[in-house]
Amino acid sequence: MDGVKKALWIVWKDVVCELRTKETLSSMFVFALLAIVIFNFAFQLRGDERVGLIAPGVLWVAFTFAGVLGLNRSFIKEKDHGCLEGLMLCPVDRSAIYAGKALGNLAFMLLMEAIALPMFAVFFNLPVLMPSLLLVILLGTVGFAGVGTLFSAISVNTKAREVMLPILFFPVLIPIVIAAVKSTAQIFDGVSFDQSMPWINLMLAFDVIFLVVSFLSFEYVVEG
Amino acid sequence: MNRTRFLDSSRLTSALFWLSLVGIVTGLYAAFIYAPNEKTMGVVYRIFYFHVPSAWVAFLSFLVVFVGGIMYLRTRERRWDTLALSSAEIGVVFCAIALITGSIWGKPAWGTWWTWEPRLTTTLVLWLIYAAYLMLRRMIEEESQRARVAAVFGIVGFVDVPIVFMSIRWWRTVHPIVFTIDEIRIAPSMLAALLIALVAFTLFYLYLLIQRISLENVGHELEALKQRVA
Amino acid sequence: MLQAVGPSKSPAVESTATETGIGDTADLAVEVSGVTKDYGSHAVLKGIRLQVKAGEKVTIVGPNGAGKTTLLKILATISRPLAGTARVAGFDITREAVEVRRRIGVISHQPYLYDDLTVEENVKFYGKMYDVPDLEERVRLLAGKLGLLHRLHDQVGTLSRGLQQRVSIARAAVHDPPVMLLDEPDTGLDQQAAGMLRAVIEGVDGGRRTVIMTTHNLELGLSVCDRIAVLVNGRIVHTEERSSVVLEGFRELYYRLTEVQR
Repeated sequence: MDGVKKALWIVWKDVVCELRTKETLSSMFVFALLAIVIFNFAFQLRGDERVGLIAPGVLWVAFTFAGVLGLNRSFIKEKDHGCLEGLMLCPVDRSAIYAGKALGNLAFMLLMEAIALPMFAVFFNLPVLMPSLLLVILLGTVGFAGVGTLFSAISVNTKAREVMLPILFFPVLIPIVIAAVKSTAQIFDGVSFDQSMPWINLMLAFDVIFLVVSFLSFEYVVEG
Repeated sequence: MNRTRFLDSSRLTSALFWLSLVGIVTGLYAAFIYAPNEKTMGVVYRIFYFHVPSAWVAFLSFLVVFVGGIMYLRTRERRWDTLALSSAEIGVVFCAIALITGSIWGKPAWGTWWTWEPRLTTTLVLWLIYAAYLMLRRMIEEESQRARVAAVFGIVGFVDVPIVFMSIRWWRTVHPIVFTIDEIRIAPSMLAALLIALVAFTLFYLYLLIQRISLENVGHELEALKQRVA
Repeated sequence: MLQAVGPSKSPAVESTATETGIGDTADLAVEVSGVTKDYGSHAVLKGIRLQVKAGEKVTIVGPNGAGKTTLLKILATISRPLAGTARVAGFDITREAVEVRRRIGVISHQPYLYDDLTVEENVKFYGKMYDVPDLEERVRLLAGKLGLLHRLHDQVGTLSRGLQQRVSIARAAVHDPPVMLLDEPDTGLDQQAAGMLRAVIEGVDGGRRTVIMTTHNLELGLSVCDRIAVLVNGRIVHTEERSSVVLEGFRELYYRLTEVQR
């Protein structure tokens, strides 16, 4: 329980920093918006029924790229003044540090999505306030932030840190992208939710497996 | 000195060299002369004797990267990291061979160079993961940090493979799967030729692995000597 | 015979244990034996042996790249030794790392502070990480000693380097650690802050501390220590009690020791 408390203090610290500058959130949001605009020019999006074909893909590409932007900031900020070393000196399990950072990243991503989703609804003329869609977004984002936090800590140790994160992260993320896009498409198509269950289960499995693996292996990544 | 390296014996190396040479020659004979033509695809199917073993060696290499990573984190002995690195490099090469031969095979078989068939797509994702693994290694200067971080990535990447495969397979069920390897009617002589090819490729993998490991060790010794002189 | 007496119950007991006399039977606050470390083929530490009694202040001097920072990082549990063992405040640095971390304060040339948090928030955040009781009071006490009271609500990013280093001192001392590890703390400190650092080392905010400090500034190193050690090329080549050191003679010795190794 001590670890949970300290993880929450790390979240508090990240949230306070973010609320003061709003750097990460605003850049993530603008980037997601830009992705939608670029897609509009690339695919001539219109509010007709055909848009449903590519809308799920656009949504998740926007979330994915905007999310990577946020993840990159997450550990670069810790590295700037040696803060990560300061955290490592604290009498806290490394897994608690991982949990704190992952929760913070999850919170920022969900916030970005909460702002981007209504814009998306307007541009694509699609209903987005459906519990099933929100569940899919939540499951996809949990997996994203879970592995993403580990990979953010990995790539911050490399020479070309901003570039390395997507290169490492995207191949591993493919199952989440497939499952999220597929189930989002089914929801937009109005298919019964049962049909999406395999995808929901796949995302659940991904989330659980990689949260455990990341939780256990984080300490090796940050060890000095 | 013994504890810092694996399989560093010149007798074993030359034995493996000759064994894999014999294996490859026999394999070539079996693939092109001994095995009969396939009923529907004729002669082009013979690339299968290179495609399948390459994919197998790639998969085996990545399994070794995974095991090497776990063992490195447990023991912190450099030899496990060297093993993982060497295996990853070989694996990426064979993975590329599997992709290219698969694509060449695909042209006459499916009439297209590429199809997003689950196995082929998973192989592509595998290649991307382990190419990223090798890039990651080049991006970290400090040796023990590189070994640790690469080990973690090698473990995560390997755990991901079955999930990738499953997700792509489900994704493809929307469209009919054009072709699977199981559909080839395998005559006993074909199976024999395939087995020879598999053994030959595996021996060749081991030979390359040993060579790569000793190359790494020599490089390391050279570094140590440079340090001592400087 | 030189085995450290088991872990003491509380940091406070530890830090006052040897106030009266320093002898063979005294608690050892830091005990390093046979520690080696390499970065790949480059050996950084080649068998370090060092014993520091509770309350003693030891300065480690040596040229750049001698291994000073690596040694402190190992004692601070954020780097693993390749071989050898070390105990800090009675706990093993690899097997009981969390217990060691509770009892050490580290100041390095990086402040470990978040630019976007205020002085108070930074110190409090670390205080929470160390489970400091009466945190509010502790922060005010440290801020008072370090002349930071009027800047408590300023964001750290807006402070000068010297002020940031003072905040960093407060951060390192927030949990009143019995052992302090200082890695070249003099870089970036103004005259006034150097004095405050000394005050915190001396323990004006409470306990009497064991201190290991690295520096390549001989005068500064000598001015705050009981004993000085010279680390060259991964080995401790000389140690001497402060009381027997004559600055000029020592400087000459130091240059000779560091020359020979090059």
